[in-house]
Amino acid sequence: MISPTAPAAISGRTVRPRGPLVIDIRGVTKLYHMGEETVHALRGVSLQVHSNEYLAIMGPSGSGKSTLMNMLGCLDTPTSGHYEFNGKDVSSMSDDELASIRNREIGFVFQTFNLLPRSTSLHNVELPLIYAGLSPHERRERARLAMTNVGLGDRMLHKPNELSGGQRQRVAIARALVNHPSIILADEPTGNLDSKTGEEIMQLFDQLYEQGNTIIVVTHEEDIARHARRAIRLHDGLIESDRMTYV
Amino acid sequence: MKTPARFLYEFTESIRIAWAQIRANKTRSVLTALGVIIGIVAVTLMGTAIRGIDTGFENSLAMLGNDVFYVEKWPWFGAEDWWNYINRPPIRITDAEKLNRIIAETPNSLLEIAVPQAGRGCSVKYGDGKVDGIFAMGTTADYARMTTVDCEEGRFFNDVESNGGRAVCVLGYTVAEALFPRQSSLGQTVIIDGHPCSVIGVFAKQGEFLGLFSFDNQVMMPISAFTRMFGGRRGARLEVKVLDKTKMGPAKDELIGAMRRVRGQLPGERDNFNVNEQQAFKAQLDPIKTAIAFAGLFITGLSLFVGAIGIMNITFVSVKERTKEIGTRKAIGARRRTILMQFLVEAVSICLIGGSVGMVVAYAVFLGIHVQMPNFPVRFSPDLVLISMLVSVATGILSGFLPAWGASRLDPVVALRYE
Repeated sequence: MISPTAPAAISGRTVRPRGPLVIDIRGVTKLYHMGEETVHALRGVSLQVHSNEYLAIMGPSGSGKSTLMNMLGCLDTPTSGHYEFNGKDVSSMSDDELASIRNREIGFVFQTFNLLPRSTSLHNVELPLIYAGLSPHERRERARLAMTNVGLGDRMLHKPNELSGGQRQRVAIARALVNHPSIILADEPTGNLDSKTGEEIMQLFDQLYEQGNTIIVVTHEEDIARHARRAIRLHDGLIESDRMTYV
Repeated sequence: MKTPARFLYEFTESIRIAWAQIRANKTRSVLTALGVIIGIVAVTLMGTAIRGIDTGFENSLAMLGNDVFYVEKWPWFGAEDWWNYINRPPIRITDAEKLNRIIAETPNSLLEIAVPQAGRGCSVKYGDGKVDGIFAMGTTADYARMTTVDCEEGRFFNDVESNGGRAVCVLGYTVAEALFPRQSSLGQTVIIDGHPCSVIGVFAKQGEFLGLFSFDNQVMMPISAFTRMFGGRRGARLEVKVLDKTKMGPAKDELIGAMRRVRGQLPGERDNFNVNEQQAFKAQLDPIKTAIAFAGLFITGLSLFVGAIGIMNITFVSVKERTKEIGTRKAIGARRRTILMQFLVEAVSICLIGGSVGMVVAYAVFLGIHVQMPNFPVRFSPDLVLISMLVSVATGILSGFLPAWGASRLDPVVALRYE
């Protein structure tokens, strides 16, 4: 594994220097029971992600990449193994503590956008801040900034059904950013978009990476994974390969 | 402090969501609220009826006076072994004089005065007019000293008229109204069961006792005139006033002792009279009132329960519909109690709306009843409104709790996968 410690503009793409360890997973397994069958979704995965990384997690369906993503996002806990997030042991955390991590440290972006249909986009973006206990004034300001950052400063009062698919995903990304999380976790972010809009969204992710965000994208498409600087491939619940990709 | 502020912001968000949900599902919200409306209307109307019965009972009992005893041959309640009572000597008018003497002689007596009363049914005629079913009562002038006598016209009879057994009378309000619609009855002579009597006063309107006995259908006259006209065979009763109504117990003991002396009873002999009091009525009525209240509230409570089941059902549906939304909220950091609060607030909101509408409807029905049947006992008091609102909130919390708790416990991974 090559780990650069100095910025290298290889092939015209920036690679930022790695920061401190954010995610430290060791020997994690996940079993779940479907009726009488036991499914081994993850069979012993070890992974380290530092801040300032841009990582793609790839694999066919059934490889365990969704399960790994849920684990990384603290939505699910491992059956066995160790998971430290920003130095804290996640496996022993209470439900409330996990919720707090999801609120402050993790920004989710979903394939189906998952916006609240009856709220304005501004309200959608400020939702994590309500759960963080910020005052209405502070929330408005931060949400406004986030929306401007993704290029939707003029669409703040629109409801999701008044926005295009690409715009909705931008709102979702703004929502993921609004609490300044340690990592952005995107699950097939372009899955519900046409190729042109998908490309625009991936360019937004590139921009966010250059602004200093740590990004993990889960995808099965090579074209999408190509935007990342590192690619991990899963197969049958194990990591098959873990490479830096600059081309 | 961040935590109380966060609770406030999450609570405000819950209210905002609840309101948006109700507006987005108007038909469903109306139908759900309808169950609560009907329940609240039923419970509130039952509450007004119970209040009305209570007030009616209180008003009637007040007519008996809470500082008097009635010495009579028969007890008011519990005369199971009637042969014990039928052979008792009747209460005599002279018993009153003897009792008063004993009271006067007793130092620090708790009793004030005893007034004899004798009565019977009769008819009263004046000119062409006649009223039947009137209660004629004979008593002494002391009666006016013992209780406040409200005369609309004229006055009560005095000692001279009382001692002399003069044929004078005071008419009850309805009697005077019936026989003298357009003129004053004072100075006129009415015929009571064939006996002429001069009218010297008219009582103010008093009302009915438990709807059974009307105090306005009476005529009162001196007791000596009464016995002269109607004979004294039937016996009388004594109304005895107590000086201190907080000492009714010891006063009753003193009265029984004095009456035994008056009646010449031997020690060990059972009382050959009864001392009745308002408390006896109350003791009889209270269990009836309580039973009515319980039965009534239970039955109407059932209708509210049905409404509550509707709320629970709809909240379950709402949770199911918004499973993915709940997963998303959890993913961006909502805690379990936040989700629980959100759905509880939604359930309580519908209940409050239903409760408010129910109150308005109940009040309208109450007004309707009151206008059509003014004598029907119903009473709408402000604390009924408060109680009904509290009941609405409680209904919302109890019926919404189970589905809200289920929502809070959803696995976010499973919820996010839900289509």
